[in-house]
Amino acid sequence: MNQWKNFSKGFLKENPVFVLLLGMCPTLGVTSSAINGLGMGLATTFVLLMSNIVVSLVKNAIPEKVRIPSFIVIIAAFVTVVQLLMQAFVPALYKSLGLFIPLIVVNCIVLGRAEAFASKNNVGSSAVDGLGIGLGFTFALVLLGSIREILGSGKLFNITIYPENYVTLVFVLAPGAFIVLGYLIALINRMKKN
Amino acid sequence: MNYLVIVIGAILVNNIVLMQFLGICPFLGVSKKVSTGIGMTGAVAFVMILATIVTYLIQNYVLEKFGLGFLQTIAFILVIASLVQMVEIILKKVSPPLYQALGIFLPLITTNCAILGVAILTVQNEFNLLEGVIFSTSHAIGFGLALIIFAGIREHLDLQDVPKGLKGTPIALIAAGILAMAFMGFSGLV
Repeated sequence: MNQWKNFSKGFLKENPVFVLLLGMCPTLGVTSSAINGLGMGLATTFVLLMSNIVVSLVKNAIPEKVRIPSFIVIIAAFVTVVQLLMQAFVPALYKSLGLFIPLIVVNCIVLGRAEAFASKNNVGSSAVDGLGIGLGFTFALVLLGSIREILGSGKLFNITIYPENYVTLVFVLAPGAFIVLGYLIALINRMKKN
Repeated sequence: MNYLVIVIGAILVNNIVLMQFLGICPFLGVSKKVSTGIGMTGAVAFVMILATIVTYLIQNYVLEKFGLGFLQTIAFILVIASLVQMVEIILKKVSPPLYQALGIFLPLITTNCAILGVAILTVQNEFNLLEGVIFSTSHAIGFGLALIIFAGIREHLDLQDVPKGLKGTPIALIAAGILAMAFMGFSGLV
């Protein structure tokens, strides 16, 4: 039961995007379509899961003072793994996510979980935590990507929903990202109050 | 002419914050007052230009020479992290007033994706060193421009009567969206 709570907190109560406001750069940058959001979310989830596991395994071997640089190297190693895997198996997605894949290294969510959770807990809880927060992040990206794709290009996961003549193009461009996220957070704030 | 294209492209057309979504965290985090915005811009510009030069040299004279291209991400982030640490130590000794002014912003810069982003973009665009310096300087100016305009807007926003749910971050994000729309007017300049 406790582990379930640990897992599910990432979706709403401690959702990294909507509640903690972390990792905004990829959130805004890659969500021009739902599929991009899903790809980015899963890539981040993998890095988060693996780095949480490794950090919790080696936490006792790392001196307190060099802890942050060590965490960053561990994270960077897994980002490189993801980068090479995506380049090999999903080159189209890798191309459309572009710069944001190497930038997972500086995603505050990953370092934040390593520092706040994995360096204090055992392997099992850290893995569950990483998976939960990662999937919560994916959920937020897919939600944002779906809304922008439906409004901006009349499609969802590349399936046409309504004809292109009626779309509002601005939602797949840069300003749409800010505006949709702004209203989503406002909606969630409102729901939290009730 | 080529340099002018880089400058205008980086500052206005592909503004790093509003068009490329890099460095959103400081953009939202330290934009509550114009004065802190200026301090942050100074610190970011300083580290961004230095980091671009150092990572350029490492990419061309170490990584590519020895066929270690796959280590790019790890090497760059380590360079940036140690650079920030070094700048902090040197500034503390050489110019205490400047250190005081930039103080709190310096450690935050390590995880600013704008720095790593510009370093990687410089390599991807295959710029030479001079072009890289111009590229990173213009991006730093673009970052400052967006941050300071946005801080000015937010100072006014604080005084307005905003609906309850929209208070704070949501209204700031919507204002940023409108600002990004204004910057879209520059597309096509280059």
